[in-house]
Amino acid sequence: MTAFFQTSFGILTLTVLQALGIIVPVLLGMAYLTFAERKVLAAMQLRRGPNMVGPFGLFQPFADAIKMLMKETVIPSGANRVLFLLAPVLTFGLAVIAWAVIPVNDGWGIANINVGILYLFAISSLGVYGIIIAGWASNSKYAFFGALRAAAQMVSYEVSIGFVLVTVLVCVGSLNLNDVVLAQRHIWFFIPLFPMFIIFFISALAECNRSPFDIAEGESEIVAGFMVEYSAMTFALFFLGEYTNMILMSAMTSILFLGGWLPPFDVVPFTWIPGPIWFIAKIMFCLFVFIWVRGTFPRFRYDQLMRLGWKVFLPFSLIWLVLTAGVLVFMGWLPHVA
Amino acid sequence: MIAALAFYVFAAILLASAAMVVSARNPVHSVLFLILAFFNAAALFLLAGAEFLAMILVIVYVGAVAVLFLFVVMMLDVDFAALRGGFQRYVPVGITIGVVLLIELGLVLTGWKFLPEASTIRFAPVAAGVNNTAQLGRLIYTDYVFLFQAAGLVLLVAMIGAIVLTLRDKGQSRRQVIARQIARDPAETMVMMNVASRVGMRDIPFLRPTETEPVEAGDLSNQDHHEPAHGGHG
Repeated sequence: MTAFFQTSFGILTLTVLQALGIIVPVLLGMAYLTFAERKVLAAMQLRRGPNMVGPFGLFQPFADAIKMLMKETVIPSGANRVLFLLAPVLTFGLAVIAWAVIPVNDGWGIANINVGILYLFAISSLGVYGIIIAGWASNSKYAFFGALRAAAQMVSYEVSIGFVLVTVLVCVGSLNLNDVVLAQRHIWFFIPLFPMFIIFFISALAECNRSPFDIAEGESEIVAGFMVEYSAMTFALFFLGEYTNMILMSAMTSILFLGGWLPPFDVVPFTWIPGPIWFIAKIMFCLFVFIWVRGTFPRFRYDQLMRLGWKVFLPFSLIWLVLTAGVLVFMGWLPHVA
Repeated sequence: MIAALAFYVFAAILLASAAMVVSARNPVHSVLFLILAFFNAAALFLLAGAEFLAMILVIVYVGAVAVLFLFVVMMLDVDFAALRGGFQRYVPVGITIGVVLLIELGLVLTGWKFLPEASTIRFAPVAAGVNNTAQLGRLIYTDYVFLFQAAGLVLLVAMIGAIVLTLRDKGQSRRQVIARQIARDPAETMVMMNVASRVGMRDIPFLRPTETEPVEAGDLSNQDHHEPAHGGHG
């Protein structure tokens, strides 16, 4: 059996199996994330949420998926067909391929590459293309507004995300995600870098186009923004992409700040629980906060969003980066670079 | 074998999409082909073992620069038929310039020689066991830090210049000053009045069209000459 996995066909099979091993749980998690969102929002608004399909409404996501599959995909007559269909595929594909570098446990990533953080940053900065292309190809005013808003918003928030990442990297001394988690063995980074943790989480909300930064969709202002012309499976792909991105951003938050698969204390009752369980628990906590924020805050106005990104987060994260680097150099805590 | 195959695939797509950038009719398609070209260049960097450069290329060019390109190009309504109108007229000039450039390039390439000791006098010998990210960092931030700072300063000046040239606030835009908004105090901005009941008020009778005189559309324009069509007198 091990000899088979040494051949090139065996390596290919192994990679495909590994990919399925991460994609299937992520997609299943995404399906139940939609369910959890509806349930949590319902609980916050004193409703019961979906409760008819299956026990406690647990089959609701599958009913929704089947409904989406059965409907007709309408392509507007003035739309650019190729790009119109490419946009949702791109959104969903990007959300999935980012998972290639996420380490679920020590060394349990499909690809343990040296520039893992940069890869994640690159992929998440590409997410805006799905939205821009969708907005332009739909040939519709509202969709176009949504695309323009999304472009400006995501570019602004990427800058502060970049500075937060650099701050973490200065503390780690490596771009490898595995090393980032292992560097947090003694203290999780959200304690020393607490302001950066908050900035990263808010920027992640903006990067996912989640409420209160969902101005690209803004259903009460520009109907549904970039996806106003989409229906059936194309719409479902946008939906899948958005929720997969939420899980991805939660995974990034837990890797960068909440110690990834590490237990909170390195003592016996905590170390009994395996690493992936801790990792999933942390992701679920972040996702709950995502939903909690959605249930609590009204949508930001466009100029307020830009002000927050450029005039508050950018200078603050820059100053905090210099401060962190200064403290590390002054105290001689700079991680040893290989 | 697979690496060579991948190189040729990426290089072929890179060249094809670069050609499409200049030949595509639709400017948005041009930008999208440009993005494809960036991606293939990044893949070539990866094949050459420069993973840091590959990722930075994607982050900076695809993730930021091309987004802004696309942003601007989508909003412009470029009439390409008009732009291509003068094609015939400019062809001789264009061909002449192209030929001159080609000849110059040929002159440079044929006269190009490496010193025999060139490989020994390289500025940055590759250190064994150090990945290329760390090497780049050492070069840029340790060996050539002043050049790096100077480049940054030039960019800063360019940025400030662009802002100064384009930002013209005519004083008409209404800005939200959040500090002032938060600093507002109910005691200073609101006046609480204790108005006596029914003082300073006047009864206005209920407005309803009279049944005897139905209002006609033509009458509304010269209503001033008539008795008011609305309302009864209480």
